[in-house]
Amino acid sequence: MTERVRYPLRTRVLHWLTAVFVFAALLIGFAMVNSLGNYAFLVGLHMTLGITILVIVVARVANRFTHRAPPLPSTVGTVEHKLVLGSEVSMYALLLAQPLVGWAMVSSAGQPVTVFGRWRLPVLAPFDADTYFFLRQAHSVLAYLLVITIAAHVSAILLHTLTLRDGMLSRMTH
Amino acid sequence: MSDDHGGPLFIWRGTPVARRSLLVGLGAVGAFLAVDLGAVAYANKWIAAGSALTRQTFIDGFRAVYGSHPGFRKNHAKGVAVAGYFDANGNGTELSRAAVFRSGRVPVTGRFSLAGGNPFGADNPATARGLGLAIGFPGEQQWRTAMLNLAVFPDKSPQGFYDRLLASRAEAGRGKPDPEAMKRFNAAHPETVKATAINKTRPPTPGFADSTFSSLNTFFFVDGSNARTPVRWSFVPLQAALPAGSGDNGLFDALVRQVRVEPLRWRLLLTVGQPADPTTDATLPWPDGRRQIDAGTVTLTAAETEAAGNARDVNFDPLVLPDGIEPSDDPLLSARSAVYAASYRARTGEPTSPPAIRVEDVAR
Repeated sequence: MTERVRYPLRTRVLHWLTAVFVFAALLIGFAMVNSLGNYAFLVGLHMTLGITILVIVVARVANRFTHRAPPLPSTVGTVEHKLVLGSEVSMYALLLAQPLVGWAMVSSAGQPVTVFGRWRLPVLAPFDADTYFFLRQAHSVLAYLLVITIAAHVSAILLHTLTLRDGMLSRMTH
Repeated sequence: MSDDHGGPLFIWRGTPVARRSLLVGLGAVGAFLAVDLGAVAYANKWIAAGSALTRQTFIDGFRAVYGSHPGFRKNHAKGVAVAGYFDANGNGTELSRAAVFRSGRVPVTGRFSLAGGNPFGADNPATARGLGLAIGFPGEQQWRTAMLNLAVFPDKSPQGFYDRLLASRAEAGRGKPDPEAMKRFNAAHPETVKATAINKTRPPTPGFADSTFSSLNTFFFVDGSNARTPVRWSFVPLQAALPAGSGDNGLFDALVRQVRVEPLRWRLLLTVGQPADPTTDATLPWPDGRRQIDAGTVTLTAAETEAAGNARDVNFDPLVLPDGIEPSDDPLLSARSAVYAASYRARTGEPTSPPAIRVEDVAR
């Protein structure tokens, strides 16, 4: 692969930071609702990760307009190209929506979101139990949509890289 | 076999794909999905759950013991909302940098309740009385506390609470708990036997208005230089209570009638722990004579039927704390936070029905 076909360094760094934090936030989110002894600690960690992801993804959206994506390999046809664009847009939408829904959900329960164990964020939604329940359900639905979207994303990259051997992964690595 | 050395299995947009490449790709995808979805399943406890208690165990336990009451809290189901304010006198700032302790007034939303999951049960003076307060609600530096009129909490662990809940379950036909189950529980939980004996030395007062409500769990107050002091707090009544009325809602009716004619007030006393005092076991009292700081007065001016937008919709999670108050390592605190959250999620999604205590229906 020549240097031309990979993303700029800042994009790659932001991508892999998102990957690590999103995996952690999802797994902690699923685990904390079954935990009694570690619940409070895990909730604090989950909120901190979620707000950190929100900041990173906002930066990524802005960054995405600063450069063109490197060209896709020739193994990607017209239909698949549309799928790639669609999955990129849905991933951004999910990654922006999920922390915002979580934040608004806590707000609608009349509580502050606390990050890094100290800073309390302003409210994003009014105190209202019906709003809370809707957002609480939405937070779970979005979590599973993220799991599915990420699984499809990683599977597609693995098939391209290992089966078609088209260097797809290297666009985001070395 | 011939594919590895012979021709490709198929051509994908001009790229020949060998069988080996296809297997490597599919194998990697399979391995990734197994790890990824396995981790999701494990975190969700869909697999390898073991017998550990979860918050759902508690929600199921409350339903098993008290029946299903959609829209109500799963414990402390019977209650009435109250509103008022807290006047801090500034003394609390010695121990905590929390804004709530600076001289001044903040609004309070609260709720009186009786322990148990039946929202329509008859008031019993012996039932533990609860007071939930959200001081400074809904501000960023609000302080929520859910207290009881007891000297110590009966259980030191979530497991103890759960076992006691099940042992207290009324037997079908008898309407009373199985004495053998309670005997077995007491044998397994000597800390609860001791705590119950301590609580018996402080018999319940005639009503809500003259009950002392205590945090029971220990918290750390943190000052501006990050010095941490163990604290247990109590709200001590500044009035006598009207005698309980007759009927199933006697305790609540008396409270509602009294708050109509006079604001009800409690003094906030902060009990300062010494280094050797227990901070992770709410069944153990602190020795008498510990220093107490009078930090201010809460005044409740109105009772309201539980309804949308008032204390009905507040989760009195003991871990919604302002900067300047931190939880101790008492295992009950994290568990309470978890179970309250599960109860809140459940009831906010359930259809609601009118509560037992309807303030407008209480005779004047």
